[in-house]
Amino acid sequence: MDTDSIHSGYSHHSNRSRGSNKQSERSSRDRHKSHSRDSSSRSDKNVTISASSAQPPQPDQGSAPTDAQDDNWGETTTAVTGTSDHSLSQEDLAGFGKETDGPVEKLNCIRFIPLALTLLLGLLVLVTPLSFLVLPQVLWPERLQACGTACEGLFLSLAFKLLILLLAGWALFVRPTRASLPRIAVFRALLGLLTLLLLLSYWLFFGVRILDSQEENYHGIVQFAVSLVDALLFIHYLAVVLLEIRHLQPCFSLCVVRSTDGETHHYNLGQLSIQRAALVILQHYYKDFSVHNPALLTAAKSRAAKHLAGLKVYNVDGAGSDAATAQSRAKIAAAARQRDTSHNELYYEEAEHDRRVRKRKARLVVAVEEAFTHVRRLQDEEKKKPPGDEMDPREAAQAIFPSMARALQKYLRTTRQQHCHSMDSIQAHLAFCITNNMTPKAFLESYLMAGPTLQYGRECWQTRQWTLVSEASVTSPLHHGSEFQLKSSDFSLVVTSKAIPHLKLSEEYVHPKSHKFVLQLQSETSV
Amino acid sequence: MSFIPGQPVTAVVQRIEIQKLREGDNLILGFSIGGGIDQDASQNPFSEDKADKGIYVTRVSKGGPAEVAGLRIGDKIMQVNGWDMTMVTHDQARKRLTKKKEDVVRLLITRKSLEETVRQSMMQH
Repeated sequence: MDTDSIHSGYSHHSNRSRGSNKQSERSSRDRHKSHSRDSSSRSDKNVTISASSAQPPQPDQGSAPTDAQDDNWGETTTAVTGTSDHSLSQEDLAGFGKETDGPVEKLNCIRFIPLALTLLLGLLVLVTPLSFLVLPQVLWPERLQACGTACEGLFLSLAFKLLILLLAGWALFVRPTRASLPRIAVFRALLGLLTLLLLLSYWLFFGVRILDSQEENYHGIVQFAVSLVDALLFIHYLAVVLLEIRHLQPCFSLCVVRSTDGETHHYNLGQLSIQRAALVILQHYYKDFSVHNPALLTAAKSRAAKHLAGLKVYNVDGAGSDAATAQSRAKIAAAARQRDTSHNELYYEEAEHDRRVRKRKARLVVAVEEAFTHVRRLQDEEKKKPPGDEMDPREAAQAIFPSMARALQKYLRTTRQQHCHSMDSIQAHLAFCITNNMTPKAFLESYLMAGPTLQYGRECWQTRQWTLVSEASVTSPLHHGSEFQLKSSDFSLVVTSKAIPHLKLSEEYVHPKSHKFVLQLQSETSV
Repeated sequence: MSFIPGQPVTAVVQRIEIQKLREGDNLILGFSIGGGIDQDASQNPFSEDKADKGIYVTRVSKGGPAEVAGLRIGDKIMQVNGWDMTMVTHDQARKRLTKKKEDVVRLLITRKSLEETVRQSMMQH
């Protein structure tokens, strides 16, 4: 279906593969994946999460080629009787729809450079204090003064501090990267530089004061090593504060508006650079914003086209006069004068659409409720009896699915959601609901309301490639009134930030015994 | 009828003498009072200053001795037989008006229209 091609980033391949038959399907899928790998490695400027676009599910054999998606599964699904579970259309479709799950990680080397640098620095940090201790023992062992219990205490503390440092460093730095940002992360780079500087200066001192002069006071050398580890622990503390804690206190309220349908959400963020703020916003986008449905926007576009196409301007007096502005002004004036009844059409169309949706919804709800009454969980006592028609959830779902399939498909078509839900996903959801003892209403809720993007299968959120468009530099911090855009292939998110105002809280002390009351009397006495 | 705390209250007053009417065992005057320092002055519909806790006439029965004597609804009673009524409780006011041994009560009342009449008459001269 055409709307699918909007979603997938590299969709011209999928159009080709749709018309193919079973044999070429696998080869085209491999070709498609290799193409996606190449083209995405080119675009490392973009904020990426991970690459490829998944293959849309293959069409039903009996469906019309234009409406190639699973749209007609409602009509062509054959009912499964109790004995036969090999109905061809369902099994085959299930086989076609299976995609190789799991994200295909791009083997893009640039993504692993920060991790490699971090590991290198970690290795240096581990090796340096140990080498400070070991080198004197190796190079001039006979001249070293033996130091007793004080040194042993220092050895212990050094060992534990090093262990703690390594664990803390692993916890903070060695994490799978969630995204690749367009510019370097400033704070991490600064911290890496600081650590490197510290290590270099310590090596310098070690080389000059201890190696060259072959210092004999081993106690002093051990204390030197311990002081290095202390300094490294403090740098780690600085890292925790700068990277994790500083942006926790909310300072800015960001308003995120989707450009196609105006859906708005607000988020409170702390002091972050623009690229990190964009990352946080994208992570919230997938769970807060309802899924982008381009089919819902076509009505507005057709109306806009009608407005534009209504009038044609002919220049009678000869060419050369200021054509453009005069023409547009003439158009606007004529359109204002013309009695425009398009608002009438819109009103009645929307009323009609609402009625149709409600009717289909009523039929759907009834069909689903009836379907759910046919399935019942096997009680424990019944399990001991010889097994009759026992089914696991997937089979049970497949058994009751045909009775509601038609109503569900009609409803999805009316609300233009049919490309978001494949037959597989619906059956999987049905099996999930049956397993967890959900009511029919719970099963239907994900189809009646448009949920967040994460709720749908991979086909609906193929664009994981976003472009950050900003006038200010993306590593500059957020300030009041900063604006930027996050563009994806079909729509963009426009973000504006406002500073949270300084709140002044004052206190008012209320003595617990100060709550006293009097009665208000209004007597009137006649004399 | 403005009241400045700490300053003596000045007002234009009218002297009204009411003869009590005997009805069975009771002597009645034929009007109702409201107000007092123990009452809620903000609900007084007749006072200009809603903090005024004086005694006001809230109802005058038709044809009774008070109406005959010239008492009107909304009047503020300043004195009864020489006793001050500007700083009394509601019950004290009632007692001073209904003493069984007195047949006649001489009231000093004030109302807004009194000031205007006085001013008008002064302007005429």
